[in-house]
Amino acid sequence: MAERYYTETHEWVTVDDSVATIGITDYAQAQLGDVVFLELPRVGKLLEAGDSFGVIETVKAASDLYSPVAGTVTEVNEILNANPELVNRDPFGEGWLIKVNLNGDLGQGLLDDAGYRSLTEGQVH
Amino acid sequence: MGGRRTPLYQRHVAARARLVDFAGWDMPQQYTSVKEEQEAVRTAAGLFDVSHMGRYEIRGPAADEFLQGLVTNDLGRLRLDQAQYNLLCLPDGGIVDDLVVYRRPGGWWLVVNAANREKDMAWLRRHERPGMEIVDHSSDVSLVALQGPKAADMLPVEGIDLTAVSSFGVGAARVAGVLSVIARTGYTGEDGFELFVPTSHVAAVWDALVEVGATPCGLAARDVCRLEAGLRLYGSDMDQDTNPYEAGLGWTVKLDKGEFVGRHALERIKADGPRRQLVGLGGSDRTIPRHGSAVSLGASVIGTVTSGTYSFWLRRGIAMAMIDAGSASVGTTLSVEARNGTGRAEVVTMPFYRGSARRAVRPIG
Repeated sequence: MAERYYTETHEWVTVDDSVATIGITDYAQAQLGDVVFLELPRVGKLLEAGDSFGVIETVKAASDLYSPVAGTVTEVNEILNANPELVNRDPFGEGWLIKVNLNGDLGQGLLDDAGYRSLTEGQVH
Repeated sequence: MGGRRTPLYQRHVAARARLVDFAGWDMPQQYTSVKEEQEAVRTAAGLFDVSHMGRYEIRGPAADEFLQGLVTNDLGRLRLDQAQYNLLCLPDGGIVDDLVVYRRPGGWWLVVNAANREKDMAWLRRHERPGMEIVDHSSDVSLVALQGPKAADMLPVEGIDLTAVSSFGVGAARVAGVLSVIARTGYTGEDGFELFVPTSHVAAVWDALVEVGATPCGLAARDVCRLEAGLRLYGSDMDQDTNPYEAGLGWTVKLDKGEFVGRHALERIKADGPRRQLVGLGGSDRTIPRHGSAVSLGASVIGTVTSGTYSFWLRRGIAMAMIDAGSASVGTTLSVEARNGTGRAEVVTMPFYRGSARRAVRPIG
């Protein structure tokens, strides 16, 4: 199983070969509440690390999604169109958002498990 | 967290509810999901801890006159063991709070908004007179709401015939063996009950209600239910700068009942016509109007969204907005400021949804 890295904006990324799978964390989905819909990029879209690649709209608010990596979008989780609740139910699995063909290495500034845990534990919830 | 806690706080923590600060209280936002909890309220029965709201009793020979001189609705129309939706207003007609008044054999009970407990108590005390007393029962009596079309079937109750308790009716009964006062009131648009339970026994009653199949629900589900039912939320849809006519609550103002605080101003506002009006907005499945968003007709801004959310039940964004009076009638399409530019929403009549409550919006008078 590929190691998972995190952003401070609560996205996660795993890399298999040069393909990165991106989603939002369990902490994020719990904070945001029930997902109503997602706006995700088209396949072929070029992303820089830190770019907004879409929007997640929940009962509470609309939030931007930020890419942890640079690369080209190769796949979008189309199942979420009809079943956005998968992001709540299985954020690290079936609720993944996009796959990106990496352009170079993983960027600096991503957190590992321990780093992300200390980030979320430091926040009031 | 670190706010005030209701006597059911440990139940919420044990159920792993997501807690949120609401008016200084650590309250459950959701237990599982808003969607699932709301569905339980609309199809079976949901259980809410609403002990953060204030519970005051006013009694004594001067109590009737005192209270009638403060609230906008006519308590003279209220029979024993009935409840009435009501408002407290400032002399200028601004709304101090909305509340439910219960007429009980020993005196009047008031249930007020959590955020307004201290303000309301100060307001009552300021008008206090000889021959009456105000008792704060917020600590010794807790409040839970069982709401939904199956609430009456589910309620483990003895000592009362529920078929004789109509909407906004009140009575004493044993709930799960605990002597309580039950009222057929709520904030969801569904049939159901608000239960005044001695605090020492409220956890046991809560457990018993979960045992018979009620689904614990958080404030998020409560908010979408009340919005669908067209019920206003103090602090969002109205406040001290809003008068009852603007809020669409003119039906609670009985100008002919005699003197009460705010009557003169309200008489004038009614005669002149309010300058703003609260309307319902129906968004699309992709437009969710949010609190504070500007609302426009053509190029001109005509108001602001006061409450807005997505309704999984109705599968669309729904909202209330305060707009310039007469600027838009039902059926008009308006623009609502959204995250990416603007969305469209239509002015619609409220409620958005009629649940099992027979007279949820206009109970009495």
